[in-house]
Amino acid sequence: MKDLIREYPRFIWRCFRLSFVGDWKYYTWMFTLSVIALFGLNAYAKQFVQGLGTTGLTDQVSWGLYIANFTYLVGVAAAAVMLVIPVYVYKNKELHNLVIFGELLAVVAIIMCLLFIMADLGRPDRFHHMLLRFNFPISILTWDVIALNGYLLLNLHICGYLIYCAYNKRTPTKKFYIPFVFIAIAWAISIHTVTAFLYSGLGARPFWNSAVIAPRFLASAFAAGPALIILTLQVIKASTGYPVSEKAIKTLKGIVTIALGINMFLLGSEVFTEFYTGTAHSVSARYLFFGLDGNAALVPWIWSAIALNTFALVALLTPMSKKRWILNAACVAMIVGIWIEKGMGLIVPAFVPSPIGELVEYVPTMNEILVCTGIWAFGLLIYTILVRVTIPVLYGELTVDTVYHTEPEPKLKTTAGVTP
Amino acid sequence: MKLPIMNNQEPGEQDGCGCGTRSYTTRPGMTRRSFLRRGTAATGAVAAIAASLSPLRELTDTDDFSVAKFIQKHYKEMDGKEMASALTRISNEVEKRYDVRPNIRDIKPMDGVEFVYALNLTRCIGCRKCVHACVEENNQSRSPEIQYIRVLEMPRGTTDIEQGNHHYDRPTVPDEDHYYMPIQCHQCANPPCVKVCPVEATWQEPDGITVIDYDWCIGCRYCEAACPYWARRFNFTKPEIPKEKINPNMSYLSNRPRQKGVMEKCHFCLHRTREGKMPACLEVCPTGARKFGNVLDPESDVRKILETKRVFVLKADVGTLPRFFYYFDERDPINEKVPTGVPMEGES
Repeated sequence: MKDLIREYPRFIWRCFRLSFVGDWKYYTWMFTLSVIALFGLNAYAKQFVQGLGTTGLTDQVSWGLYIANFTYLVGVAAAAVMLVIPVYVYKNKELHNLVIFGELLAVVAIIMCLLFIMADLGRPDRFHHMLLRFNFPISILTWDVIALNGYLLLNLHICGYLIYCAYNKRTPTKKFYIPFVFIAIAWAISIHTVTAFLYSGLGARPFWNSAVIAPRFLASAFAAGPALIILTLQVIKASTGYPVSEKAIKTLKGIVTIALGINMFLLGSEVFTEFYTGTAHSVSARYLFFGLDGNAALVPWIWSAIALNTFALVALLTPMSKKRWILNAACVAMIVGIWIEKGMGLIVPAFVPSPIGELVEYVPTMNEILVCTGIWAFGLLIYTILVRVTIPVLYGELTVDTVYHTEPEPKLKTTAGVTP
Repeated sequence: MKLPIMNNQEPGEQDGCGCGTRSYTTRPGMTRRSFLRRGTAATGAVAAIAASLSPLRELTDTDDFSVAKFIQKHYKEMDGKEMASALTRISNEVEKRYDVRPNIRDIKPMDGVEFVYALNLTRCIGCRKCVHACVEENNQSRSPEIQYIRVLEMPRGTTDIEQGNHHYDRPTVPDEDHYYMPIQCHQCANPPCVKVCPVEATWQEPDGITVIDYDWCIGCRYCEAACPYWARRFNFTKPEIPKEKINPNMSYLSNRPRQKGVMEKCHFCLHRTREGKMPACLEVCPTGARKFGNVLDPESDVRKILETKRVFVLKADVGTLPRFFYYFDERDPINEKVPTGVPMEGES
């Protein structure tokens, strides 16, 4: 215990120092992300002073890009479980050394989720009211607070424990992390289910008030999340030489294909129910897919999402995707396609028209977009740092015994820790 | 392939920056050059963060952030003394900003009272006088103007609000081919907005009015998404009210000035109605279309209306059990003598 108190801060400090070491590509990447993140911070500072009037939100469309990104990222966080289940339940060997990158991605995705929520709050200075009067279990939002923070803690513990053991050259003690891994599996499902219930629990919004929202969320998350991991792993391999086997990519590809297929099926079910019955409740769906009275801001978005997802599904189901660049293109297509489907395609249309029939469209402002890109850049920044320090630790290059110079000059020819 | 970490360079190896090997083989500490470089980078980073945060300098309004506000308790947790000091603080803020000393109180619900509203669609002529009387009474922001009441111009032959026109504009009302349907907070007995609030900043009072503690709301707008009647409004910017327009008769849970970033909504003018007066929207109505009162009182107008008229609520299917009822007169509405040619008021 005494050792831990002395050694742990040293470990954190060394990781911090290490995050500043890299080649020019690493520096360029980190510099670019920092600049975008700072533009986001600047935009947020403006919003903090002037209020949410700096966004395109209105009383009619009261949630927009922030909540859309939040929803998407909850899915990315939950998707880590698609690496965890094969490894810990089915003892998949290929993914064994990669599962940590999924868990780190979950940590970062949850941090980004929390940032998006903070950005969306009108009174972030009163966030502590959550602790003082927590409307649990009545408000689903309080469930989401517990689910997200619990998932963050679980993954921080699992990743932190495994990495710290590697740093100390110890074999991890199973009872300290295996139970948490299994709790995290169930918890991952719960975070996205609870997030879906935020929407589907509202009788005022027929577009959301559908039992298929939670399954759809999970399916789209288990497609987009592992697709992001496929791309990330390739970048990690290319930039650090960390071994990523072809079989691992193939396993993930299989998961993505099935999840995307299920997602398209559920979307189809939703579309059928909305349009075949044609009740007054399908007015938001009509707005989304075809526009209403000449208002059609979302129509190009949803059809591009469908086109992208269809392309991805066709590519994955045919031998085309044996070519790596086609697989990657399919991954990019579904990451973007599902982002649109969940954001512009699911959050915004529920507000159009308003519950009393007023049709007001939503167009995000530049300031709002800058805040969003800033949070994304910040998330990528943390993820890069986490991967960058994790790899040497897993390689046994940075351990408790490593002699430590205070003044290292990075070897400029080698590359390190660059992620997409 | 080997990853670079801090100590992986062999002595004598070129470091690629042209400064030779001396810097870290003979002296593991900081060199002047790296000190300068690192210092410049750190300074640059701090400067960049400071520059990004520079809009915060415009935060001059001390009323928005104060210790007293930060530690103020939830409405239901404040005792008499704490409420008194909160009311004093609010009075001071109002006086400072609007040069008016308000008469602000915390008015409690009366026993044995449950308020309901009944609106006669046969009589409403869509003049929007209620919309503006409400704004005057309740100290809503004028820029941008926040309104609690939305009047729909409905084509005859339907009660489908999707077909209503929100932005009708005519020299006079009513229009012969239309009838008019004002919508405001329905003060539901099963309010979805209260259910979803994560911090209990909004709740239903014993007299049936759903209120908001403006000092407790965190501005997540979940209630706004949950309301089937689009009754809630959010302060997207700092509310602006001209000094001469302030209504100094205020209460904590109703019409005291709101802050940026919080929700607000109709509260049945509780600072008036809990003292036996009628809501502002009712008093201004030129046709008597609006009826308000205690449904528990068998002699009240609203009770008689509920017992005798053809009453309906909006969206009964969402199960919210509104306390806001619409009805048509029993008499033949086509030959009904209602005022005609009344000058209407604009949207804003």
